[in-house]
Amino acid sequence: MRIDCPLCGPRDRREFTYQGDALALDRPDPEAGFGVWNDYLHNRDNPAGPTRELWYHDSGCTAWLVVTRDTVTHEVHRVELARDVKEAGK
Amino acid sequence: MIELLAKTPCDGLLPRTIGTVTLTEISFEAITSVAPLTGQEDAVSGTLKAQMGAAFPKPGRTTGKAHARAVWSGLGQALVLGPALQPIPGAAMTDQTDAWACVALEGDGARDVLARLTPLDLRPSVFRQGHAARTELAHMSAVLMRTGESRYGIMAFRSMAKTLVHDVTEAMTSVAARTRL
Ligand SMILES: [Zn+2]
Repeated sequence: MRIDCPLCGPRDRREFTYQGDALALDRPDPEAGFGVWNDYLHNRDNPAGPTRELWYHDSGCTAWLVVTRDTVTHEVHRVELARDVKEAGK
Repeated sequence: MIELLAKTPCDGLLPRTIGTVTLTEISFEAITSVAPLTGQEDAVSGTLKAQMGAAFPKPGRTTGKAHARAVWSGLGQALVLGPALQPIPGAAMTDQTDAWACVALEGDGARDVLARLTPLDLRPSVFRQGHAARTELAHMSAVLMRTGESRYGIMAFRSMAKTLVHDVTEAMTSVAARTRL
């Protein structure tokens, strides 16, 4: 598996660490309530198909990345800097 | 007062020549990390250029020349190898002079040696002169740069200096043995 880092270019999977669903970028409001926070902290979908995940390029540029990949085909569709995704969401 | 002797990270280990490839230690007057604060990138690059003649490098690149080089070393950060810098307004800076072991790998087959140690795509058309990469070298975190046709700069953490020399010279020995076949 290779991830095409926006800064470093295509790199081997061993340079990256997986963190989890990219949902972590959408932290709820502190007052959002128990239900919302419970969902944010504990409940994840387990899709067969496209999924958005956070990966850390620890042996490379040390950037957090949002990787869109397909859990069925293992295809990597898109790699973005988490910083840019967060900025775009503002 | 006790007189302490300054030793370089690879003291007593280098230089080594095996086959056609030579590994040499490089010492710099100073190594400084420079990280521009948000929105200060252009100003910092200008000040850096005025101070040491090299602009802040783009991702995956180096600027400047031997012993006055700026090397991209990660998201929003460069390592300046050479002269000690004056404080640059708008940048976070740290002195890392004693934190890195710096070596040069040079000669016919230098690329084959590196290819045994790193997953980086080292083809000359991809990793060109003036390019730099933060990557793995024998499972160590390293900064690589191509500083000549068959010359590469390698930086690893000083605490790993002996491991660095061991792994690179092992690979040099393997490549030299292959060449003799
Ligand atoms: Zn990267």
